[in-house]
Formats: sequence, C-alpha cells, structure tokens
Amino acid sequence: MRLLIIEDDREAAAYLVKAFREAGHAVDHAGDGLDGYALAREGDYDVLIVDRMLPKLDGLSLVRSLREQGIATPVLILSALGQVDDRVKGLRAGGDDYLPKPYAFSELLARTEVLARRRAAAPGQTEATAYRVGDLELDRLSHRVTRAGREIVLQPREFRLLEYLMRHAGQVVTRTMLLEHVWDYHFDPQTNVIDVHVSRLRSKIDRGFEHPLIHTVRGAGYVIRLDEPHVT
Amino acid sequence: MTRESAPDRPLTRIGKIFRTTAFKLSLAYLMLFALLASLGLGYVAWNARRVLDDQIVSTIDAEINGLSEQYTAGGLRRLIAVVERRAQEPGASLYLVTTPAGEHIVGNVSRVPSGVLSQPGQYDGPYGRRSEAEGEEHRAIMRVYTLAGGFRLLVGRDTEERDRLRAAIGNTFGSSLALVVLLGVVGGWFVASRVLKRVDDMTETTRTIMAGDLDGRLRVAGTGDELDRLAQNLNLMLERIGELMRGMKEVSDNIAHDLKTPLTRLRNRADEALRTADSPDALRMAIEGVIEDSDGLIRVFNALLTIARLEAGSAPETFRRFDAGAVAREVAELYEPLAEEKGLSLTVTAEPDLQLDGNRELVGQALANLIDNAIKYGGDAAEGAPREIVVDAARADGAVRLRVADRGPGIPEAERGRVLDRFIRLDAARSRPGFGLGLSLVNAVARLHGGRVELADNAPGLAAALILPLKIA
Repeated sequence: MRLLIIEDDREAAAYLVKAFREAGHAVDHAGDGLDGYALAREGDYDVLIVDRMLPKLDGLSLVRSLREQGIATPVLILSALGQVDDRVKGLRAGGDDYLPKPYAFSELLARTEVLARRRAAAPGQTEATAYRVGDLELDRLSHRVTRAGREIVLQPREFRLLEYLMRHAGQVVTRTMLLEHVWDYHFDPQTNVIDVHVSRLRSKIDRGFEHPLIHTVRGAGYVIRLDEPHVT
Repeated sequence: MTRESAPDRPLTRIGKIFRTTAFKLSLAYLMLFALLASLGLGYVAWNARRVLDDQIVSTIDAEINGLSEQYTAGGLRRLIAVVERRAQEPGASLYLVTTPAGEHIVGNVSRVPSGVLSQPGQYDGPYGRRSEAEGEEHRAIMRVYTLAGGFRLLVGRDTEERDRLRAAIGNTFGSSLALVVLLGVVGGWFVASRVLKRVDDMTETTRTIMAGDLDGRLRVAGTGDELDRLAQNLNLMLERIGELMRGMKEVSDNIAHDLKTPLTRLRNRADEALRTADSPDALRMAIEGVIEDSDGLIRVFNALLTIARLEAGSAPETFRRFDAGAVAREVAELYEPLAEEKGLSLTVTAEPDLQLDGNRELVGQALANLIDNAIKYGGDAAEGAPREIVVDAARADGAVRLRVADRGPGIPEAERGRVLDRFIRLDAARSRPGFGLGLSLVNAVARLHGGRVELADNAPGLAAALILPLKIA
C-alpha cells in the first residue's frame, strides 16, 4: 500500500518510513501540515498517518480541510494526547482511527493495514454476508459457524470475535483493536484478558484439526489465516 | 523585583483611602445628594420670592386703585389728605405725589432715582425716606401712576423683609449643604477605612502566601458579609491548591522512586545483553525483554497521565447517557474467562436501566481495574473460603453503585484511605506485577463523575464500590 506520513519529528518520521518500507509499503513523508495537506490532495494514498501537533497547520485542521474537499482517504491520527476526549475530537474531525503515543510499531502497522483494506473494499460495496478461511465458514446472517462442514457453537461474544478476525483474515489485529471492536472499549487491557478470550475461541475452532487457523503474532496480536503447509 | 516595585510603592494613608472603591462610591453618592438638595432648596427659595413679589405687587395695585378713586372723587386735596394719613401709619407703604413737573407735594419718600417718576410703570430699586438722613438707602418695589391732570402718584412697598427672608433661606441652604458634605465625607471616610483595613489584611496575608507560606489562611471576621464570603472561598481555593501541590509532590517523589526501579532494570538488561549475549537468539531474547519492560513503563506513564488529566478536569463535554448496568455486565463478561482460568467464579447482577450521565469508557476502565484487582488478589483466598468474585450494579441513594467483592486477603481498615493514592502498594502486593495505579485511577474516575470509592470489609475479602451520583452536583 501507499502511505503518507505527516510528522514533524524527524527521528520519529525516519523510523516510521524505514519500518513501513521494511514491511513492504511505499511511503512518502511530509514534515509540516501545509506540505502534508498539499501532498495528500495530489497523491493517491491508501492511508494517511497524521501527527496531531504539526507546525503551520495542525493535524485536526488538516483532516477537517481534507474532508471538506471531499477527500476520503482513511486517516490515522497519532497523538501524544491519549485521553478519551482527545480521541473523540480526533474522530469527530474526520479521522478514522486514533493511536496515542507512545505506541508499538506492530500496533500502528496492524491498524494501518486494516484501514487500507477498508478503503480497498469501500466504494459502494456492501459488507460480505459470509466469511471463509480455509474450511472455516461464518455466516453473518444465520450466525452459524462451521468447520469442515461441522457446526461449531459459539457464545455471542465469541462469534463477534471470530467475525472480526475473519473480516480481517490475513491481517494482524492487536489486542486493543479487538477490545475496541468486539467490546467497544478503548482502554489498554493491562492483563491478558483478551488472550484468554482468544484461547477459548481457539479451542473451539482449532482443536482436533491438523492446521490451526488462529495464530499468535509475537509482540503484535493475532491473525486468522490458512498457513500453507511448510515444505521441509 | 524591580518590575513589581512600581505598583507596590507605599501609598500614604489618605492616598489609599481616596483610591478605595468604598470612598469613591460614597463620594459619588455625596455629590449626587448635594446636587439634588441644591435643586430642591433653590426651587423653594425661588418660589418663595415669587409668591412674596406677587403679593407686594397686588397690594400696590390695590392701593393705587383706591387712591386714584379718591382723586377722582375728591380731587387733589382729598388725595393729599388720604396719603398724609396713610403715610403715618406704622408699617406703612411708600407714597409720593408730585406735580406734573416732578415737584414733591406729599408722601414719605424723599427721593427716587431720576427718571423713575417720568415713566409710569413698575420699578424695583433704591429709594430714600423722608424721615431719614440723606445717605440712607432702602429698596422697594414701586409703581408710578399718572393721574388725570398730569399729577404723578407713586406707591411702593419696602422689600427689606422679603430680602431678609431670602437671606435666611440662603443661609439655611448653605449650612445644610455644608452639613451634608461634612457628614458624607466623614461617613465615607469611616466606611472606606474600615473596608480598607480588612482588604489590607487580606492583601498582606495573600502576599505571605505567595511568598511560600502555603499553609497561611485569610482571617474570616465572622460577619458573613461579602468580604467574609470572599475570604472563605479564597481559603477553600488555597486548600484545594495545597491538596494538588501535595499530590504533585507525592507524584514526583513516587515517580522518582517507582519508575527508577524498572528503568534501571531495563538499562541493566540491555547492558548485560550487550556484554554477554553471544548468539542471535540470546540477543533476541534480551531485546524482547527490553521491549516488554519499556511497554510496562509506557503503561505507567499513560496511567499517570490519565489520572492527572482526570484530576485536573471537571465534567467534560464527553459525558453521555449510558447504562451502568450494561457496562457492569460487559466488563464482567470480558474478565470472566480470566477469572475462570484462575479458578475463580465471577458472577454479575445488575439492576435494569441504570441510566447515568458520564463517560462510559472511563467507568468501564475503572470497573475493569476493580475486577482485575479482585482476580489478582482474590486468588489468595484462605483455605475453605469460597473462590468467588461478585460484581453487582444497583441504585443506592440517588447514585449508582458498582461493587466488586472478592474473598482475598482484603485491605486492613487503616490502609483503605491510603491505597487510593498513586503508587501505593501494600507490602503484600509488592511481589506482584503492577504499579499501584489501578485504584487511584478508579478514584480519579469517581471524582470526575462527582462520586467516590468505598472500600469495605467483605468478611473475608474486599468489597470495592464505585459510587456515581445520578445527578452531578
């Protein structure tokens, strides 16, 4: 995907540019709000990563201006202000996601990829009514989950957890993303509460099957995908 | 210091009083009152004079009418006789009859300014009396009338009495005005210096407080007036500032102490890896440990920032209506698998429709902290005690009470107030992960919502309750 990072701190920006390139993405960088605004208007980006406090034009005004111009590129706002009301302000200004500093790069990468995917799927397309990963199927209308044709009974929350994982199949989702989208709370789950939920789900989905579908990504989160059998 | 010296220059006492609001106000009122009094008294004086003059003029007119009738009926002789008689009566009017050429025939007036007699009409001015010496002058209102045959008749009234009355009114007017001004100035002075004394005291006290004596308080006179209320409010403000300052100091002390430990550990880990790690795997392990440690530190900073922001803020605009019972169920459901993994049962009961104005996210996080603690410590239940955590949301006295009760070791009564502070970890908890910020965050959330945290004995165990008022005071 093609990214634009608008961040005035040189060191932070250089780190992000390098890290995103290593993850296989094309990255442009703007050092202040006005440059960023100009680049964002001209270039065709999948996601904009915007620091909230920028010289010349602050992040929230930048996003607001872009939205007024009808530019709907997904925006992830980075901010040292991590409180609930700042988050609300960021989203109200037209941001699509909000990540308080300091953050783990894995968290930023996961969220950015989800935003890019959402954009690719967005125009006029309705949400799929069923998801499939390997032999695992989830029907959103009948709330039925089957693996290899065998029905799996899930609790409502487990169903939503699996639904979120499968919607982002192949993408890493972090613990905070799960807490946000499955439980609708935006705080840092200090303990391993989410892990316990995932392992419960995993025991229902993967137990007794040769190829597990739910994978833990160290230092990042979880991903659901069909791993190609390793050739040894 | 030099910058401040100009407004601080000592004023003389009088200069100070002139500057006080009380004195300025009394001066303004005084001037207004003096103006109104002058207008009133002036009107009285003017009116009195008008009435007196009218009376004099009409008396003169009546006499002229009478005398001219006598003249018409009895000729000059009769007129002279009547005038002569009347002129001798006590308190008499002034009379003068002259020939057409102006020669005096009869009357008690010896002279009038030249030209008066030749012009018929009214005249207000000096005259001389026949009975008195040449130099003496009086004033009168006179009227000159030309009789048939060219004879002139002058009739007048002395205005001495009228002028005396006017002078008396003028005197009264002047002295009462002087009295009003004097009383006003003295009264204003008295009020101003009394107020000034108290304001000066307050200024003096605030100055010592600014100089660093944060325990100083303003004196409250006990009169319950505006200045007293001001002093009380300032004292409350000082109290709150002092509280915040103590909190700040405590935080910085605690940060110094409790953050230095993990920072040192992090540094040592990196240092050791640099010195001893000889394989990529060992380096990897070390770096992962470093990241884990720094994540922990970031968490502490985030929690500290959140608490500081919450404590600094009043009810923010993010408050929305939400169902506290639903939050209790959701958060309990979030933690239920974790509790089960620790061999604890977690049950939740919530009254329906516990609508509340507040920040759902923060209340959720506070409740999560309480449940997290209950799981952390509830696992230490004594042999035979039930391994259970009970979450319960209910209405209680105009508030919603979100209560988390465990069967762990509990918190001794003496320590319960202290654990709500930042970084306080009781000795029993020192060996566990955590930074002692959980309960202080709960406390900050409660205060933001105008509520409080209650810690009680669950016999055995701890019952922690988040009390959130339905109406924010």
